[in-house]
Amino acid sequence: MNALLQVEGLTVALPTRSGYQKAVDDLSFTVDAGEMMGIAGESGSGKTMTALSLFGLLPHGARVTGSIRLDGTELTRLTGKQLRAIRGRQIAMVSQDPTAALHPILPIGTQLTEHMRYHLGVSKAEAMSRAAALLETVRIPDPEQALRSYAGQFSGGMRQRIAIAVALAAEPRLLVADEPTTALDVTVQAGILRLLDRLRRERGMAVIVITHDLGVMSATARRLAVMYAGRLAEAGPTAELLGRPRHPYTRGLLDALPHPEALEAGGARLVPIGGSPPSLGRVPDGCPFHPRCTYAQPSCATSRPEPIPVAEAHLLACPPDPLRAAS
Amino acid sequence: MSEPKGRGAAWTEERGARNERTSDEGRLRLKSGPEASEPVLKLSGVAVDYGRRGQRVRALDGVDLTVGRGEIVGLVGESGCGKSTLARAAVGLEPLEAGTVTFEGHEVTPLGRRRRPGFLRGLQMVFQDPYESLNPRRKVGELIADGVRLGGGSRAEGDKRAAELLDRVGLPASAADSYPHEFSGGQRQRIAIARTLATRPSCLIADEPISALDASAQAQIANLLSELVDDGDLGLVLVSHDLSVVRQVADRVAVMYLGRIVEIGGTGTVWASPRHPYTEALVAAIPRADGAGVLPTDLPGDVPDPANPPSGCRFHPRCPIAQDRCRELDQKLAPVAGREIACHVRAPAPEPVADGAA
Repeated sequence: MNALLQVEGLTVALPTRSGYQKAVDDLSFTVDAGEMMGIAGESGSGKTMTALSLFGLLPHGARVTGSIRLDGTELTRLTGKQLRAIRGRQIAMVSQDPTAALHPILPIGTQLTEHMRYHLGVSKAEAMSRAAALLETVRIPDPEQALRSYAGQFSGGMRQRIAIAVALAAEPRLLVADEPTTALDVTVQAGILRLLDRLRRERGMAVIVITHDLGVMSATARRLAVMYAGRLAEAGPTAELLGRPRHPYTRGLLDALPHPEALEAGGARLVPIGGSPPSLGRVPDGCPFHPRCTYAQPSCATSRPEPIPVAEAHLLACPPDPLRAAS
Repeated sequence: MSEPKGRGAAWTEERGARNERTSDEGRLRLKSGPEASEPVLKLSGVAVDYGRRGQRVRALDGVDLTVGRGEIVGLVGESGCGKSTLARAAVGLEPLEAGTVTFEGHEVTPLGRRRRPGFLRGLQMVFQDPYESLNPRRKVGELIADGVRLGGGSRAEGDKRAAELLDRVGLPASAADSYPHEFSGGQRQRIAIARTLATRPSCLIADEPISALDASAQAQIANLLSELVDDGDLGLVLVSHDLSVVRQVADRVAVMYLGRIVEIGGTGTVWASPRHPYTEALVAAIPRADGAGVLPTDLPGDVPDPANPPSGCRFHPRCPIAQDRCRELDQKLAPVAGREIACHVRAPAPEPVADGAA
């Protein structure tokens, strides 16, 4: 199967006071057409930098090495103008904060039709009627009225639906959703997740969901990549990763979640991962997770683990593999 | 560790029985000492109005709630349901339109230009965003020592207590000489909590204390709050839109919808078998991290505009089991199956109250 998106050895180095520091370090993954793929990790794990690198929107001075191929086109070598033809048209982004994503004093209709007119070259009237249909798709009541309204007139959940509609306007083949539901209520979150899943099915659109919420991942993503300190810790089918995690970090993320089963068994405490993720430029040698890992061995502090296949489509960057028996 | 220990040990034993507590027991409180029979914080018939474009909007509409010592009361609901307003009203940050808030027998008066009366010092708030609630230009030790000095302590006492409190929240004493920006979100929230503890509070109101934090820091802070309640014999109101965390740490949970409590009871009871259709919808919307790939259930529609609330039961436009009387008659909390709910269908009251009588 030919992947829609192929990322290979992606490394993003950001300029800091102490020189260039790697925010994303040798990351590889693929996304197939019509597939929902998840990238999980805490803040500082490089998830958002990975997303921004797809769009050529990294902070000023960032150095990118490695390859990002979208349907065969190498994105890292494109000029600004060439990238503009791809952003919105081929790949689009939905961010965490719909309030920041939408212009406060432009009517929703203008924001929705801008992409269509630029990328698809349709007439204004045609764009408006497409925009109304899009709002209907994302279940905004009274689309005609909504086109004339402003972002501030909608609730948070509605704004995120509108932001998704804007991202969909030029019918992209890949949607990157960076924490799309983190700021929303669970009921609204459920609606947005169902919407993303429906769009994926109906349009054959690929979706990358980036979130720290493993529940959200579990509900939507078929495959999952867990990142830590800019590197891939573990990747594989969602059911396998969450059902039988092999990397101690994946295990830790799962244990930090409240579990109904644990509650019923009388364990009222959450099990946090000790310590906190390393900041940029302070990534430990060897396995970046070893100072927080309960299974760490002396070799973990010195030799850098590379992701290797441990099962069908399952990559693991943990040579001691202490959870193998448990799985 | 110099928290007022008092009956800490006794309360730890009682924690085992937490999940079996029903709302009725919660209201009366378990008696483990003379003062424990009295709830530390009591809200009766509390209503808060906001002015919006000349319109009065009722954000909180006749809410009753009690918090006992050593008890965590979780407050959940969608945004706009009034849970944060309730938290702010409970500490006097919002003037009340009706009803009273009583803290340790004293009425909580709205915050004015003058300093808060001394008896309110035991009622403290933990805010959502530890990036905004800490003064960036002052050292952590000074921030914490302020609470001690306001209570009449000397500078030396303040410094000593700051070191103790930093230890209590799991930070090294050396943190006192650093500035807030040198810490991560989870560490900052620990500092903010240490600061509220400086006044030796008997009740904490935490408004989304973990929402701005990373997954692993969330668990750490939730555990810390839970320990403080056990060890310090504090009452805690935990406002959160993260239902699973509330489920894990709260003794009782109050589910709010459009300014009112629609279901309240022991956390285990409410979660195992939610009775109000709104609570059912909330629980069904939580995605599970089990890898089964099941999409959570959607609750269509948004929370209605509080300026123009629906007639009768306020949930009826979104309710899957609404009947005719739900559109016309208001409903108050009534006991059913070990908790209280406000629902005509599931808990028909003998004498329903006409709309607008609240």
